[in-house]
Amino acid sequence: MQKSLHINADKCTGCLQCEMACSYEHYGVFNTSKSRIKVFEFHDTGKKVPYTCTQCSEAWCLQACPVDAISLDIITGAKVVSDDTCVGCKVCTISCPFGTINYVQDTGKVQKCDLCGGDPACATACPTQAITYVDADWTGLDKMREWADKLGNQNSSN
Amino acid sequence: MSWAGKLLRVNLTSGTCISEPINMKWAKEYLGSRGLASKYLVEELDPKVDPLSTENKMIWATGPLTGTMASTGGRYTVVTKGPLTGAIACSNSGGYWGAELKMAGWDMVIVEGKSPKPVYLYIENDKAELIDASELWGKTVWETEPAIKTKHQDPQIRVSCIGRAGENEVLYAAIVNDLHRAAGRSGVGAVMGSKNLKAVAVRGTKGVGNIKNPKAFMEATRAGKAVLAGNAVTGEGLPTYGTQVLMNVINEVGALPTRNHQDVQFDGAKDISAEAMATPRASDGKAHLVTNQACFACTIACGRISKIDDTHFSIENKPQYMNASGGLEYEAAWALGAANGVNDLEALQFANMLCNEDGFDPISFGATVGAVMEMYEMGVLTKEQLGIEAPFGSAKALCYFAEITANGVGFGKELGLGSARLTKKYGQPDLSMSVKGQEFPAYDGRVIQGIGLAYATSNRGACHLRGYTIASEVLGIPVKTEPADTQGKPELVKAFQDATAAFDSAGICIFTSFAWTLADVAPQLQSACGDEFTVENLTTIGERIWNMERDFNNRAGFTSKDDKLPKRLMTEAAKTGPGKGSVSGLEKMLPEYYKIRGWDPEGRPSAETLKRLGL
Repeated sequence: MQKSLHINADKCTGCLQCEMACSYEHYGVFNTSKSRIKVFEFHDTGKKVPYTCTQCSEAWCLQACPVDAISLDIITGAKVVSDDTCVGCKVCTISCPFGTINYVQDTGKVQKCDLCGGDPACATACPTQAITYVDADWTGLDKMREWADKLGNQNSSN
Repeated sequence: MSWAGKLLRVNLTSGTCISEPINMKWAKEYLGSRGLASKYLVEELDPKVDPLSTENKMIWATGPLTGTMASTGGRYTVVTKGPLTGAIACSNSGGYWGAELKMAGWDMVIVEGKSPKPVYLYIENDKAELIDASELWGKTVWETEPAIKTKHQDPQIRVSCIGRAGENEVLYAAIVNDLHRAAGRSGVGAVMGSKNLKAVAVRGTKGVGNIKNPKAFMEATRAGKAVLAGNAVTGEGLPTYGTQVLMNVINEVGALPTRNHQDVQFDGAKDISAEAMATPRASDGKAHLVTNQACFACTIACGRISKIDDTHFSIENKPQYMNASGGLEYEAAWALGAANGVNDLEALQFANMLCNEDGFDPISFGATVGAVMEMYEMGVLTKEQLGIEAPFGSAKALCYFAEITANGVGFGKELGLGSARLTKKYGQPDLSMSVKGQEFPAYDGRVIQGIGLAYATSNRGACHLRGYTIASEVLGIPVKTEPADTQGKPELVKAFQDATAAFDSAGICIFTSFAWTLADVAPQLQSACGDEFTVENLTTIGERIWNMERDFNNRAGFTSKDDKLPKRLMTEAAKTGPGKGSVSGLEKMLPEYYKIRGWDPEGRPSAETLKRLGL
């Protein structure tokens, strides 16, 4: 069974533990500028929104890569960049509609979320469960439960 | 390790930015942040200098845990000689700026001299430069931060800056980072303004990668987070209600200073409490509180983000205040509210927003307004002088004062002096509720004896964050002591003061200490920095820092005569509540406190004490 990163922005406090966990997992350093998940803060509304690659099936980045440096991990469903193959041409960064694959100056390669091979460090580090790693077919389950509760538990009109 | 190992020395007079290695011997003895920065300050600064002169220095400092996954590891401090008190000033802030500085590869920034014209310091990893800020001078905090980001075309820059209060040398001006986190107390922002330094903008992409034992560190920080999550205060009370969880609690124990400390209970407390913030308003059906917010790496998330009622008088025709913004925290809600008898939650948030926008301390500002309102009711100050009728409870007067303070319009210039200078000017020095010139925070020192002693002996003037004995005396953490008892309080205050200095110097938030003791901090520091940071050593480091700060103050001219509380707390008994009839027992506690500190009767650390602590 594949799992997906599932983000509930309402629960995010903006602590950036996820960003540090990501950089530590991939580079062995606490460095939010190297994180593949970013938390955006919208000051005027108080919203904090974590955002990263959704591992889309179409995978424009994978399609666009001229050297086939991006491949599908068939177990996790992640689209994974091979540092050995990537030439740093950045075409994938242009083709991705969501901006979630980015160039890294230090390495001359691109980076994106690889789901940490099936145990995403960001989800483990999140103190509020704003980021969870759940059944890929049922990312809507929590929302469905919420509405089921709202509708099913209200007083009947008759 | 875990220290970056270098500091940036900026001389504003000559316009130079030079990198220096950190003195690692001092780092081992004073840890970082508050401790290490204070060590540099006392070594380099003549204690007698005028705080607002070119000779004063200021230091922005992170700790060894700043910029790491240790919970709350995002703190920084600003250390300087403070203009409000003339004592050593050390103001601590959260947000994201501290971690950014550390990730740029710096433990500290030491700023010396005075720039001939307004400048800001821009740091991008190893590169640092002073840039002309003439276009930023006169701008608020909320205008300055976006302007710098736009100029550098980099939205990921973090900014620590002053607003107009700092420029105009309001004596309790703050330094604000990330729009609404502040190194708030003791007037550190005025020192920055006096140096023509508008902002320190940082972008760091190097990260913190020199943890001594990464595997052990990850385990230790995970364990620490689990303790915070499982604790009733840090895992539930603070995230849900924020520090405002205290408003009703402190009012019930009869220790909520009200109307310039004339009373100890406020009948409007419930209207300005955490519960009130969460209750939908009649006008628009929405709650004042929008959400909570964490600082960098914090797994508690006590911060409040609120939105004022669009129909409130304070923001009529002022759409810029109709968005969500930081506040209210307990201290601000108390100082702007109970201290003035104002129970209008929306007005408090408006005044609080102005404190963030223009960079001034809501505690000292609110308490100064309290003294002004008392003098107004006595007839010492008139409507003509003030520009408005200002009886206790006037939300209109509060908002008006908040609008005229930062830019020194009319009576605002005098409000910016703080309560000690202001009351003295009008012949009523006993009406300033302050110690060493700095205003009290939100707990009554005559009802809760330990906190009274902590205020009297705090090295930066009255302060709750230098020895938060409320934890023990009210909340029972780590053990319950009776608020009315004076016995045992000198020991309690000393223990809190020393431990707090160690927490502060590690680069973490003191709020962790609701759940953590130094036994929880030690494994995190040991795996990050070195085995020597045992509980025992950390306690000694805390005591060393405390005595070093004290010694600086003594050399600046402070004596035992300055370790005193206002006459009101010594002679006017609490009128209501569980502590009814009580006054401060400071004169009983102070000699005992000096004794257990190893100080002489004049409050000076003895030669033996200094030697024992390696000072």
